[in-house]
Amino acid sequence: MRATFPHMGNLYIPLRAMLQYLDVDVVVPPPSSKRTLNLGVKHGPEFACMPLKLNLGNFIEAREMGADTIIMAGGCGPCRFGYYAQIEHAILKDIGCDMQLIVLEPPEKNISELIIKIKKITGRRSWWQVIQAIRFGYQKALAVDELERKVFQIRPREARAGASERAFSEALKLIDNAASPGEMTEARKKAGAIMAGVACKPSGPLVRIAVIGEIYTLLEPFANNRLERHLGLLGAEVDRSLYLSEWVNDHLLFGLVKGLRSSKETCASASPYLCHFVGGHGQETVGSAVNYARDGYDGIIQVYPFTCMPEIVAQSILPGVGSDYDIPILTLIMDEHTGEAGLQTRLEAFIDLLARRKETREVICK
Amino acid sequence: MKVGIPRALLYYYYYPMWRTFFEELGAEVVLSSPSTRVTLAQGLKHAVDEVCLPVKLFFGHVLDLAGKVDYIFLPRMVSVEHHKYICPKFLGLPDMIRRLEGLPDLIGVDVNLYRKDRDLYTVINNVGSLFTGNKLKIFRAYRSSIKTLQKYYRLLHLGLMPAEALAVLDNKVGDKPLNYPFELNVAVIGHPYNIYDSYISMNLTGRLKEMGAAVFTAEHVPEKTLRSNAARLPKKLFWSLGQRMIGAAFHYLDRPDISGLVHVAAFGCGPDSMTGELIERHARALRAPFLNLTLDEHTGEAGIVTRLEAFLDMVRWKKAEAAGI
Repeated sequence: MRATFPHMGNLYIPLRAMLQYLDVDVVVPPPSSKRTLNLGVKHGPEFACMPLKLNLGNFIEAREMGADTIIMAGGCGPCRFGYYAQIEHAILKDIGCDMQLIVLEPPEKNISELIIKIKKITGRRSWWQVIQAIRFGYQKALAVDELERKVFQIRPREARAGASERAFSEALKLIDNAASPGEMTEARKKAGAIMAGVACKPSGPLVRIAVIGEIYTLLEPFANNRLERHLGLLGAEVDRSLYLSEWVNDHLLFGLVKGLRSSKETCASASPYLCHFVGGHGQETVGSAVNYARDGYDGIIQVYPFTCMPEIVAQSILPGVGSDYDIPILTLIMDEHTGEAGLQTRLEAFIDLLARRKETREVICK
Repeated sequence: MKVGIPRALLYYYYYPMWRTFFEELGAEVVLSSPSTRVTLAQGLKHAVDEVCLPVKLFFGHVLDLAGKVDYIFLPRMVSVEHHKYICPKFLGLPDMIRRLEGLPDLIGVDVNLYRKDRDLYTVINNVGSLFTGNKLKIFRAYRSSIKTLQKYYRLLHLGLMPAEALAVLDNKVGDKPLNYPFELNVAVIGHPYNIYDSYISMNLTGRLKEMGAAVFTAEHVPEKTLRSNAARLPKKLFWSLGQRMIGAAFHYLDRPDISGLVHVAAFGCGPDSMTGELIERHARALRAPFLNLTLDEHTGEAGIVTRLEAFLDMVRWKKAEAAGI
């Protein structure tokens, strides 16, 4: 068995670590690129959302590298993602890429369905080792998120252009290369030192922007046209409503790790604007918009892939949050045609607007 | 007291039930006027650009009721059967509508049978208590509303279109001659609020009939058949309407007397993009004539007519070929 999985930002680092810990032969597909997307668009349904198309491209490219088994998450609606794996499998079969599919999802009838699937991946490893592997993967996810938060801080402040980007990819590599839980502490320390070593120029308070929205377009830089990087380089400090480790903690570890933001609390903030879950991260999007507005952020950007149902509901409701809290909200919809230059222009305009607002406010306060 | 019901979305499934219930409780039921250009224009003006056509139309219908009624009935239809949802937009619909200005009070209750069916009666009770304190009266109204709904479904299973079935329920059947026998049978699969709204579907079913094709839809198939056909999928679908559409499509594609299938999708509809793909793959494997029509607010009538004509020509040729002519 040569297993592969779809890309979602830096998800490959913890996932590869976890699977390799269990001695599974892993093929990480090449990073999502124009070619990946073209493959997906060619074979996928026209109106499916972009993550499906990218997933499909990932699988085809992984197949070219020799993978024969797909490990994927599933779900039980109402977001389309719950049916991704089945559709993708049917498409792959039709184009002659018959791969085995292991979908990890809440079982329909019996918990044994899930256990059988996990055993298919782990083979004869004991459950203790599986738990250890999950812990190892989770440690990596935490380390990666730590680096991301750091790079959000230093990107707008870097003294030499490109220094933060170089440091970030170097640090990520260090984390990725740590082969055992024992090496993690060392790797984390070294990675932290690399990030701290980036020279920063002194700066006053920067424009603070929160990026919220659908998980895939939030976490995958290719899907959002490297939105966070653009914002950083334009001089804005960024925070994101969702980090990989938070998502893993909420959905896979049932909130076992304390002290992280949880989706439950975020959803509670969404009331009275959106009082019911709407699938995907729709309610979280509204809730985190409220939270960021309360935290005094200067602006909010919502991103989601074209035709994403839960986020469309959120988008219809966000103007209410925006006017109640007096905070500008920009919605960016990602599809396969998005040009980076168009995005850049809109971001520049948005940041100009926020900076101007910030300035006038400070003058009034004085 | 006047209760307004928008003539959109789930109206096509539940209207007879809702009407009977409110009328038994002594309320007057007001329907929004049938969709027109104005209804859609109102919806386009007030909804975000990204929502699908039927939701935009729903906005228009709600606005049409404003000022005419004391209440608008707007339940949050989360789930109408075990372990199935309708669609994320239905889940958020009341929150989207509440942002509109100048609306009368909304009767908003959560209908959620995702876990167990018993929850339904609590909802019924909550709505009923707005009109009367008499629990027995509410129970009676509920019983007779369910009876009407079952009668409505039986009429649909006989092959009537919703508008025709409603006319029968109202005893308003005209003295029209029976339909001329059709030479072709065509299945039309799509969300009921897309295919039965003759404005946004450009009178699709009517046109097919004029062109000599009898129309079969998912509503003509009993629930049991739909379910057993949909069970052929590798994984259960979690959208009630999607499952109905898949089940009906599989059922009709297997029937030798049905010669072609038209799939009607709304632009940007999430479930349609997945179920449509599954149906299309299935039809292709069976080499059955298949037409995919996507509706949006710009659809030109001429384009639809041309495509329907071409589709029916294809169906006829195929039939002739099979007969060896």
